[in-house]
Amino acid sequence: MPEIATRPGQQRFVAPLDETPLQDVDSVDLSAAPESQWKEAWKRMRKSPLFWISGTLLLVVAIVVAFPGLFTNADPSYENLSDSLAPAREGHPLGFTQQGGDVWARTLYGARASVAVGVFATLFVTIVGVITGAMAGFFGGWVDSVISRLSDIFFSIPLLLAAIVVISIINNVWPERQFWGSVFVVVGALALFAWPQITRQMRGAVLTVKNLEFVDAATAIGASRWKNLVRHIVPNAMAPVIVTATITLGVFIVAEATLSFLGLGLPRSSVVSWGNDIAAAQVLVRSGQHLEVMFVPATALAITVLAFILLGDAVREAFDPKARKK
Amino acid sequence: MWWYVGKRLLQTIPVILGATFIIYALVFLRPGDPIAGLFGEKPVNEGVKAQIEAQYNLDKPFLVQWLLFLKGAVTGDFGNSYTGRPVMELVQQAFPVTITLALMALAIEMVLGIVAGTIAGLRRGGLFDSTMLVTSLVVIAVPIFVFGFVLQLIFGVKLGWVSPTVGGDWSVSKLILPAFVLGLVSFAYVLRLTRTSVAENLSTDHVRTARAKGLSERQVVKNHVLRNSLIPVVTFLGVDLGALMAGAVVTESIFNIPGVGNLAYNAIKRGENPTVVSVVTIMVLVYVLASLLVDLLYAWLDPRIRYA
Repeated sequence: MPEIATRPGQQRFVAPLDETPLQDVDSVDLSAAPESQWKEAWKRMRKSPLFWISGTLLLVVAIVVAFPGLFTNADPSYENLSDSLAPAREGHPLGFTQQGGDVWARTLYGARASVAVGVFATLFVTIVGVITGAMAGFFGGWVDSVISRLSDIFFSIPLLLAAIVVISIINNVWPERQFWGSVFVVVGALALFAWPQITRQMRGAVLTVKNLEFVDAATAIGASRWKNLVRHIVPNAMAPVIVTATITLGVFIVAEATLSFLGLGLPRSSVVSWGNDIAAAQVLVRSGQHLEVMFVPATALAITVLAFILLGDAVREAFDPKARKK
Repeated sequence: MWWYVGKRLLQTIPVILGATFIIYALVFLRPGDPIAGLFGEKPVNEGVKAQIEAQYNLDKPFLVQWLLFLKGAVTGDFGNSYTGRPVMELVQQAFPVTITLALMALAIEMVLGIVAGTIAGLRRGGLFDSTMLVTSLVVIAVPIFVFGFVLQLIFGVKLGWVSPTVGGDWSVSKLILPAFVLGLVSFAYVLRLTRTSVAENLSTDHVRTARAKGLSERQVVKNHVLRNSLIPVVTFLGVDLGALMAGAVVTESIFNIPGVGNLAYNAIKRGENPTVVSVVTIMVLVYVLASLLVDLLYAWLDPRIRYA
């Protein structure tokens, strides 16, 4: 330990280092990279039961989406009218729909279309929203004016009605479409009018982040405007967007079911989906019989949506420890 | 204040113009000939067709059509539907039903959501709070028409407390169940918003000060916690009125209510373009005016906000 020189007349009030050696807690590994917001959030999230519950549910959903055949041997699109509303029997644990399809198999295979609509619509909305929102917030001026007014306009048109109009138009132009064609028509109709929410949120977050000190610091060490935006501002402004996106995913799955109920979702002839099966079972519910035919796909849908909402809550708590229970 | 109102009204003009333009473009640029459909099985008479097209301005360029629509809309004339009835007449019949339904839903979700949300927020982590959280999650996760059918079955068909469908001669009492169903999802959002907001406000400095100067718990909650907590809730409710009117498409078809939602839905299915455009324009107007109202309510809730 080098002796620190005292000048004449100078008094030392702090004990020399060898009398109070550095403790473990004081040591800082200066060579390690500082922990990012993301890493810290992940650390907190790992401790949250909410995250593990929703994560497990979503893992189950993902397995069903990828390999529905693991859980049933029945063919979901095989319908035999002589089986109409028949009770459960060997190989068909939950009975049959009015059209004579296997309820359990249709629910398993229906996951794919419903989840695909949710995932792709959310992806689309998030990408468009993040890019437009970041540009509006970062550049300001006329870029901001144009993007903000456009998002105001699209936001003011009711999503459900707009989606109905778009889908009914596409149905006229392109009536014969297969699985992915149908999925992307619904995705497009929902996403076209849903992006402003993310844009607004991203714009607000970028406006806050771009005035923070670390951005000045990055500028001071010579980061370009572009690098500032992409490397420093956007990653730090993403947290609220990710929370909204997770919850929106669930909302899109419900929206697909609602569109199917109105007869404008995925076409019944070519796509097995939860929305279609719930909508097809409405006649039964009206007469008060065979409620289970509606409840099985409805429960599957509700659990999936619930898992995404809970995941959104877990992510929110991880990024914003303030909001946690005090 | 009036200066601010004027400025905000001016700002809504481009939104309304843009929104009508988008809907107009979507509806009128779709391929297919709306007039040919009117002839049904009969051969199309070109002279008559040209005359009808002129009557509906379909012979003019798209932009001119849109401008003529706007010109009519400003004077309250939405033109005629393809069956010859003035669209305004259809709207005048359907609009009161839907606005009644939407306002009833708004009132139900507001009262239930704020009361339940406040109690849950004050006793965070308690039994009531947990029950309400689970309820709100279930309500958000299950498609609304499932609730609609189940409640219709229980209260309308099995118990017979209310009439299961509404039909042509609607009344406020018949609309209670549909309004409850319509407001259900938003109730969950209002509840969650109020709960978070109340819990957050409970730990602020001004609430501690209010307690320190000896106010009763009731006064603290009423004057200091609730008033501040309501700002995000009011924002949500304002935007929600427009969403409720659009969401009425589903509720109205479950309960057979002759409202704007049904009108729009049938018009879209039948390709009744003038009706579709008019109804969507009215919904955009409702949304825009409700947002303006919310902005003005802020000042009443939070006197720090001043309009310049």
